[in-house]
Amino acid sequence: MITLLLILLPLLAGLVCFALPGKTARGVAFGATLVQLVLTLWAVSRLEPGSAVDSLSVSLPWLQDFGIGFSLGLDGISGLLVLLTSTLLPLILLSTFGRHDDKPASFFALMLLMQAALVGVFEARDAVLFYFMWEAALIPVYLLAGIWGGERRVQVTLKFFVYTVFGSLFMLVALAYLYSQTAAVLGHSSAAIADIYTVGRGLDLTGQIWIFWALFLAFGIKMPIFPLHTWQPDTYTESPAPATILLSGIMLKMGIFGLITWLLPVVPMAAKFYAPVVIFLAIIGVVYGAVIAIRQKDIKRLVAYSSFSHVGLMAAAIFTFSAEGIQGAVVQMFAHGVSVAGLFMIIDYIERRTNSRDILALGGITKSAPVLTVLFLIITLGSVALPLTSGFIGEFMMLLALGKYNLVAAGIAGTTIIFGAVYMFVLFQGVMFGKATKLTESFKDLTSAETIALVPLVVLTFWIGLYPAPFLKLSEPAVLALVNLLGGL
Amino acid sequence: MNAEASELALELALIPLIPLIGFIINGLGFGKLNKTVAGWLGTLAALGSFANTLHVVLEHWGQSLTVDYFSWISVGSLDIHFSFLLDPLSSIMLLVITGVGSLIHIYSMSYMHHDEGFGKFFAFLNLFLFSMLLLVMGSNYVVMFIGWEGVGLCSFLLIGFWNKVPAYNAAARKAFVMNRIGDLGFLLGIFILIALFGSVEFGVIFPQAAAVLTPNSGVAIALTMLLFVGAMGKSAQLPLYTWLPDAMAGPTPVSALIHAATMVTAGIYMVVRSNVLYVLAPTTLEFVAWIGLATALIGAAIGLFQNDIKKVLAYSTVSQLGLMFLALGVGAFSSGMFHVVTHAFFKALLFLGAGSVIHAMSDEQDIRKMGGLKGKLPVTFAVFLIATIAISGIPPFAGFFSKDEILSHVYEHSKLMWGLGLLVSFMTSFYMFRLVFLTFFGGFRGTDHQKHHLHESPWLMLGPLVVLAGLSIAGGLLGLPPVLSHNNWMADTLAPIFEQAKAVNASLFGHGSMTHETEWMLMAVSTVVALVAFAVAAFTFGGGKNVPAADGSPINPVQKLVYNKFYIDELYGAVIVTPIKAFGEYLYAVIEYLIIDLVVNIVGWSATMGGKALRRLQTGIVSFYVLLMVLSVVALALIGFTIKS
Repeated sequence: MITLLLILLPLLAGLVCFALPGKTARGVAFGATLVQLVLTLWAVSRLEPGSAVDSLSVSLPWLQDFGIGFSLGLDGISGLLVLLTSTLLPLILLSTFGRHDDKPASFFALMLLMQAALVGVFEARDAVLFYFMWEAALIPVYLLAGIWGGERRVQVTLKFFVYTVFGSLFMLVALAYLYSQTAAVLGHSSAAIADIYTVGRGLDLTGQIWIFWALFLAFGIKMPIFPLHTWQPDTYTESPAPATILLSGIMLKMGIFGLITWLLPVVPMAAKFYAPVVIFLAIIGVVYGAVIAIRQKDIKRLVAYSSFSHVGLMAAAIFTFSAEGIQGAVVQMFAHGVSVAGLFMIIDYIERRTNSRDILALGGITKSAPVLTVLFLIITLGSVALPLTSGFIGEFMMLLALGKYNLVAAGIAGTTIIFGAVYMFVLFQGVMFGKATKLTESFKDLTSAETIALVPLVVLTFWIGLYPAPFLKLSEPAVLALVNLLGGL
Repeated sequence: MNAEASELALELALIPLIPLIGFIINGLGFGKLNKTVAGWLGTLAALGSFANTLHVVLEHWGQSLTVDYFSWISVGSLDIHFSFLLDPLSSIMLLVITGVGSLIHIYSMSYMHHDEGFGKFFAFLNLFLFSMLLLVMGSNYVVMFIGWEGVGLCSFLLIGFWNKVPAYNAAARKAFVMNRIGDLGFLLGIFILIALFGSVEFGVIFPQAAAVLTPNSGVAIALTMLLFVGAMGKSAQLPLYTWLPDAMAGPTPVSALIHAATMVTAGIYMVVRSNVLYVLAPTTLEFVAWIGLATALIGAAIGLFQNDIKKVLAYSTVSQLGLMFLALGVGAFSSGMFHVVTHAFFKALLFLGAGSVIHAMSDEQDIRKMGGLKGKLPVTFAVFLIATIAISGIPPFAGFFSKDEILSHVYEHSKLMWGLGLLVSFMTSFYMFRLVFLTFFGGFRGTDHQKHHLHESPWLMLGPLVVLAGLSIAGGLLGLPPVLSHNNWMADTLAPIFEQAKAVNASLFGHGSMTHETEWMLMAVSTVVALVAFAVAAFTFGGGKNVPAADGSPINPVQKLVYNKFYIDELYGAVIVTPIKAFGEYLYAVIEYLIIDLVVNIVGWSATMGGKALRRLQTGIVSFYVLLMVLSVVALALIGFTIKS
């Protein structure tokens, strides 16, 4: 039942928040996310060690006559992503305490609904439920961005919405097709994940290829993968910081999670067939995003492109079908969530104080903000994958996987460690160092709420970097099971 | 684990942990702790680590011990442990790092006293020690890589220490990025090792190396070349050397510690550590030798005309590192290490001496504005002169022995290389004595204000200089040549490191077939070359004659070319940096917006047009669609549950 509770708690708390006055809603929302975090830790600790199968599963009959169930479950991979969601949410809320937005109650309510939907995506063990949660997750974030976003929010969020729905429709078609085949293959209709796997794997290569591209389009847009990414920088930039963090920290992982759970095991033959194409596109994205990031003047847009670049590496690594690659991508999903959330929080803190995100108009902040300097530097180091920080573990494993696949590919994708250092230090030095400008002369260091929101991210940055074993062990069985499946073909 | 083993594990762990604790306290306490406390805290962390190192190293001298702490990165069949290795090679590095490091900490207490970032400075110095110690203590390539990147970070932090100045920030970034270019090569090399051996442990790889790698096979060459790319970045070899002279933007003690005595020798250490792999790839070794020689020549040539006291020393470092790689390239691994050690002594001394001069000159670094300082700064002058004699290769000081050992191995390998090596020696001796004459002899050329403030440095600064001077004089005893002694301490101590390589190619590790006559001859030639260079420098600049003209005065084209460092920075700017920036602009403006996004918009637009037929249903308000969607999914869910019940 815990898996169900993890959806119900934020859902109900969110609905309650709509009806509360702003201040109370804030308290309720924050409290709910903390309880959710405790529940998540408990759930994750109860995952069967060393086992790849779903534990803690719940299956409620839903559209029973159609073989569609409200089935939930967790394995190491989805468990890690739920943990990421539950860790980031309270911190995001905490970081917004200094913001003065209109309609705070609705804002907090939507954040919680978003959390419920995200957990639903990661826990769903039924194709219809997965699709349902996938689309449901779009609505709160769309509203968050559309209501509280920047000047161009209407135009930008519309594009984001249409683009992602466009991709999801292909997924719907693919899943519907697989579902429609279950009756013929199994003797009864079923949307359960295991049955979808069976049907998908039973298809011939041509059939798998159709399904592959339909699913890939949906997941590829969400991540996004080159060249399906042009909605992303605008959306990240125009959204309010909390929505940007949701989008970059967690929501893009829906795409990667989709690849791992709803694509590779469904159509493994087609995935293998097209792996070189995906790796090629993904590596283009790595370099493309990084080179563009170097020239950005808007710091939020810079981080948006850097995120795009990082995601490319995860996609490429997954398509090596190796333990190193997939484990690397999984741990990097968590690490990237931590570092990108920290970066967007910091950018928000800076923008609140200076009303600017222009790297040329900022500078010299370090003088008056030592706490921000230290925290920002550590998050930056995590992002550039310095050893002993979170980014290194994943990047090392992913590049290793690529290196075993093709050393030249690893060399090209590996330029991320060079370009990453360039744009992140351009960002850090440009904002924090140099002479103070008009905008930064009277910069105030972080408040305690702002600091407390960042400190857990810094702790995680070192924890994952120094002792990643708990994270790696959590996802290892699921990853190895997937690798065995793919290798057995 | 028995008591003895756990004691060793603790003692070894403390070597890097003590500076790490110093870093954390000084880092968190910055602005709260007063300078005396911060300075002593940082210094005691260094000294404590040195004392502990001394204790551990002496207790386990000559042994090779691995201590395993925990499994760090484990995936599939690969299991990378956090573990340390104590053996003769790491012992020597540990002593040099903590020993020279401690002296530099002591010196910094006085040198940096007026700096507002004093506590931060000590925190960074301690962090640097921690990283460098990890680098040499790691028992596998990935732990080594932690330190490898860690020292890059510290270098970044310390070069850009005065972070209000944009040029310093740029230099800091340049150092980090150039190092990272090398690091990518190193990483790819590690990947090949994992593919070949399924491990990154030295203890697993080296014994199997000869069985797994066919000598001079493509994979052996690729592997060693990639590792060497890492060394090029860290140890500032062609073509990745241009960050090092720019690194002089950092405070002078940093130049001494990081950019001369320790961090830049990491590349040498790595190649020496991997000696068996390199012996299995003679082609790479030949390449290493030529890169080293070319770097030595270019660095020395540029050093001839520099007028900034720190820049002269910086190019000298580039050149000396080149010489060390030349040694490695001809298979003289132990000679390369010997030069690492003696160079650490005299180059740290030169930089700290230069710091003493700069201190006295009210932060002036241009030797054209100095002159005649020997009277005012007698101790600084004396130790600087000792270091100059040592680096110039004049017997019996330390540099002579290590350089002579290198050159005699080079002579056996190739007469041409030996000749070019002598040219490097000549230039080195020349630019160093030029520096001495222009700085300390003749009349004072600075401002009255500077003259008024001229003073010898306090003993907190001079003390470390005197100790380093002693080491620069006597350091040669660590590796006496065969004609003087049967025992070469350095070669004998390091011998176990080369066991496996010796099994592959024994000829590299013997005393060679050189006769004593040849040895005497080579020593005589080296000495004469250095003395002639000294004479030329004395003749040209003695008594403060021929002070170089101010910038902008007409000079001949060759001088101009060399003075401007062969325009290599400009070349990199034009060939690499600018194109990448332009490429970024192009991708952003053209590919991103004119092509990809336009296609996306056209697709979206056609869909809108196509949907016009269904206009009645379309209100065009997205929130309406959202509402519709929410309602339908909720309805769907409700229907589901009602049907069930």
